[in-house]
Amino acid sequence: MSEINAIGADSVGIVTPKTAHFNASITLKSGGVLPAFDLTYETYGELNTEKSNAVLICHALSGTHHAAGRYTPEDKHAGWWDNLIGPNKPLDTNKFFVIGVNNLGGCHGSTGPASIDPVTSKPFGASFPIVTVEDWVKSQAMLADYLGIDAFAAVVGGSLGGMQALQWSMAYPERIKHALVIASSPNLTAQNMAFNEVARQAITTDPEFHGGDYYAHNVVPTRGLRIARMLGHITYLSDDAMGAKFGRKLKDTIKYSFDVEFEMESYLRYQADKFAGEFDANTYLRMTRALDYFDPATAFDGDLSAALDKVTAKFLVISFTSDWRFSPERSREIVKALLDNELPVKYAEVTAAHGHDAFLMPDEHYHAILRSYLSKIEV
Amino acid sequence: MSNSLYRQDFAIIASWLAFGSKALDLGCGDGSLLSYLRDGLEVKGYGVEKDDTNWLAAMQNDVDVIQMDLEAGLSEFEDNSFDTVILSQTLQAMHNTEDIVKEMLRVGREAIVTFPNFGYWRNRLQIMTGNMPVSEDLPYEWYNTPNVHLCTIHDFDQLCADNNIAIIERKVITNGHEVTLMPNWFGNLAMYRLKCAD
Repeated sequence: MSEINAIGADSVGIVTPKTAHFNASITLKSGGVLPAFDLTYETYGELNTEKSNAVLICHALSGTHHAAGRYTPEDKHAGWWDNLIGPNKPLDTNKFFVIGVNNLGGCHGSTGPASIDPVTSKPFGASFPIVTVEDWVKSQAMLADYLGIDAFAAVVGGSLGGMQALQWSMAYPERIKHALVIASSPNLTAQNMAFNEVARQAITTDPEFHGGDYYAHNVVPTRGLRIARMLGHITYLSDDAMGAKFGRKLKDTIKYSFDVEFEMESYLRYQADKFAGEFDANTYLRMTRALDYFDPATAFDGDLSAALDKVTAKFLVISFTSDWRFSPERSREIVKALLDNELPVKYAEVTAAHGHDAFLMPDEHYHAILRSYLSKIEV
Repeated sequence: MSNSLYRQDFAIIASWLAFGSKALDLGCGDGSLLSYLRDGLEVKGYGVEKDDTNWLAAMQNDVDVIQMDLEAGLSEFEDNSFDTVILSQTLQAMHNTEDIVKEMLRVGREAIVTFPNFGYWRNRLQIMTGNMPVSEDLPYEWYNTPNVHLCTIHDFDQLCADNNIAIIERKVITNGHEVTLMPNWFGNLAMYRLKCAD
């Protein structure tokens, strides 16, 4: 997140989240049913009269609907993809109507485990159903209906967000013109799922987890969340990036203790505290599960090309050389499946040092690619 | 490379492709060949390009371009998934020269390979005078050239023979004009249309 406390001419400015309430029930892939639900979202730019300039931003594991702008003039933190979205930025809000949405099961306004279950008048907690990428895309399509958008000019996402963009192209081929799939994968590897399992174990074995019903006890499984976040952070960065940022730099002099000795530890602890203070553990569990379960090829005997048979969207696929959590090889599997279907695809392998987090960074070449691609989209 | 030669090069490649066919251009640069084939012949094309600047230029030309290193092979592409696979003036810079030609004929039903003919008389003359050739078509000094596998027309004919590759057609051009007399002496750009020999 940008910490520059100034609202420049290329900022979308002060933004206010909105909530769409859906009285219709939604049946989830897991079999769970929500009789009604809310989706919290933000929009930037103006929807044109043809309603042809809408772009959906899908967030990753810990993202929110707050993709750009600030909430107050004093707000220190801009939205999580503010370097991309704004007037004259690569995703130009003078041209596009951009929507950020908090996914179902989230903890930033959309209905999730911490929301009140109307049946019991208590938080859903452990009873909140497992949600999947497919469910998110289905609910996002309901939001598109609500906003009167028949088709998106583009659906854009990095990491887990890229999986949603890919799912959009398969589930609603007539409703998506372009899919921008960044630092993503057609499914997770065993190693990648293993990281998720460790993160979940950290949370669920925290004594304050209470089987997921910690709200009733007025506690939060902070220890588990902290460890989950620290583990995640390590995997989102490359060894080189961590080396460049911290190396073996000491906080002070060595004290021969288990307190913070190295800068890297200080950073991890800071990130962990920040995250544990604002993110819901039950949401984290569900987001990691959504990652694990996503595998569109499964229904086609593992054949991703067959899974993409109905796709008509044009694709921009981008990977980053130092991203070992969603490596370029995984993006190339998507590219191969698109090529097998003779679909329009442009694939860039961006040389970047930041690991998986590179998709959030304003790298010059990366942004030039996005700017150029998005400028060519006709609305 | 002079502009006239450039155009002649493209025109000959276009004459070897069918209207609406599917082509893969390896080392597509800024995508100008694929744009030319798309605009003139409605060729459905994909490009492969490693260099960032070229890749971006190809994308700006609205070419479907895949960023990858040809030296690693063409594993993203299925057998016979293209009508024609093109390697335009890139062969001489490849390390795995023999492999890429074989890969081209795995992925494409036909292949087009073009390269600067090292047997061109001006190159021979410079060697005779004791220097590595430097010219408009080979604009590098020996110590900074990306060209690691320069060859003559005779050499390439031999590569084809050794790998059971049939030459459907061969054209040799100099300054935009076709050369028929002693092409290995008087031709500076060799163009081959290839397929697997039965």
